[in-house]
Amino acid sequence: MISRDEVAHLADLARIDLDDAELDHLAPQLAVILESVASIRGVAGDDVPPTSHPIPLTNVFREDVVVPGLTAEQALSGAPASEDGRFSVPRILGDEQ
Amino acid sequence: MTDHSPTLIPFDDVLASYDPALGLEVHVELNTASKMFCGCSTEFGADPNTQVCPTCLGLPGSMPVVNGKAVESAIRIGLALNCEIAEWCRFARKNYFYPDMPKNFQTSQYDEPICFDGYMDVEVEGETYRVEIERAHMEEDTGKSLHVGGATGRIHGADYSLVDYNRAGIPLIEIVTKPILGAGEKAPEVARAYVSQLRDLIVALGVSDARMEQGSIRADVNLSLAPKGSGLLGTRTETKNVNSLRSVERAVRYEMSRHAAVLDAGERILQETRHWHEDTGVTTSGREKSDAEDYRYFPEPDLVPVAPTREWVEELRGTLPENPTAQRARLQAEWGFSDLEMRDTVGAGALALVEQTVAAGASPQAARKWWLGELARRANDTDTPIDQLGVTPADVAAVQQLVDAGTINDKLARKVFEGLYAGEGTPAEIVEKSGLAVVSDDGALSTAVDKAIAANPDIADKIRDGKVAAAGALIGAVMKEMRGQADAGRVRELILEKLT
Repeated sequence: MISRDEVAHLADLARIDLDDAELDHLAPQLAVILESVASIRGVAGDDVPPTSHPIPLTNVFREDVVVPGLTAEQALSGAPASEDGRFSVPRILGDEQ
Repeated sequence: MTDHSPTLIPFDDVLASYDPALGLEVHVELNTASKMFCGCSTEFGADPNTQVCPTCLGLPGSMPVVNGKAVESAIRIGLALNCEIAEWCRFARKNYFYPDMPKNFQTSQYDEPICFDGYMDVEVEGETYRVEIERAHMEEDTGKSLHVGGATGRIHGADYSLVDYNRAGIPLIEIVTKPILGAGEKAPEVARAYVSQLRDLIVALGVSDARMEQGSIRADVNLSLAPKGSGLLGTRTETKNVNSLRSVERAVRYEMSRHAAVLDAGERILQETRHWHEDTGVTTSGREKSDAEDYRYFPEPDLVPVAPTREWVEELRGTLPENPTAQRARLQAEWGFSDLEMRDTVGAGALALVEQTVAAGASPQAARKWWLGELARRANDTDTPIDQLGVTPADVAAVQQLVDAGTINDKLARKVFEGLYAGEGTPAEIVEKSGLAVVSDDGALSTAVDKAIAANPDIADKIRDGKVAAAGALIGAVMKEMRGQADAGRVRELILEKLT
């Protein structure tokens, strides 16, 4: 069961602005979805490991070779704002990683 | 956000009441030609956003593919740190909102690092501390932000930020220690020695440029204090991006004194990140680590798992270089260097150069003399890495050979080095072309000696009276006359022949 508080927390982490009415509306719906997904656990036995990729492949590597990418003009062409060849972003609140 | 001028407790007093616990996270930027998940160049110093593509810009529809060479480097680092290599591991998305990653996540590894459970033995003043390695995992570097507006270009008070994604996606290996306990008063030195030895190891492996000043190795320093003898772990702070060996030591020392002051005042340490200020040698408060640090890691669905075969791992184990610490001990014994001489040689970045110069035939002391004297000075004056002066170990050995043969003296050797810097040819060619060879032709020397004796009758008298030590003054006069190009040994012989 996912609580209303947890949904509010996740919304905050995902930068989705939900008001109280929306939280009241969405939290129970998310709970239903999680329950439905959880029912799959009943189908998969202990011998079925969780998977993160549908195709059973490992070690798909590329050679360490430089491939030309975009020019700065191309890279910035879709940016709402740029300056001196750099992407311009609004004032950052919070901290670097 | 600012600290109201923190009080500090003298370092010795800290140790009287507290035991420090250290932890180090070191990020190593690999020197692959291309990025971790795309083919963009990793070259340092390019114009902003000229080494980017849809993948590292996180554009819709782009797909990452792992750089095999980076995986190889990660495994070699792990093996050199005595780690286990995972038989199977995955990448994970670390989700956060900060524009240094345009994808809104960093591709990293979470609970399945490729390397884990290793150690490195760290030497501090003859004592060995075993630093346990918790993990070494693969991830990608972030872009660089430039904060515009505000007073200082720092993030707080900035009006907006400009981002360059050339660095975003460059392969990084993050190496995390377990808590280092029991270092006591040596904690700052142990921290420094660990990062220093790790850097040497990375250099020996050849997997990174390992330039701390360019940020290709960056250290985060975790520190906590616990009441002495309690065996507990206190609340830690994490000081980010400490970018020189000296700063690692200073940051640990500073945080120990600051923590102790806070604890002595009966307050509690905030679990937070802190920023190191190289200029003032202090840390200031950054972001508090709390609920906000919820990165919602999940396995990266666009990449398949990495499962290094045991054959591959063993093959890579076979490529490991001699452990630099062991190598250093061996070379020091072979060369008969004092601890100080060895430390200076390593510190000047001249160990391999001295080794190669010795291999080219010079004596260890002669090799050290040139690299740490004339050549280190030149490197410093011209702000050039010592191995990029245009002078090879073979050149240095050849210069020393000319000195040993009496063809040139040390003073002329310096002129030969100037010729080498200017690319004028081999040492022998420079001597030949510039007529630098010392004069040991008795005719010319004899004339100069006679002249010196005539000009300094009182000194000549002293020598005649048996005060042989006075000959130095006459030798100096002759050398001056010959513009330094005289064989001092032969001059001395001639003076004594003439006067005694």
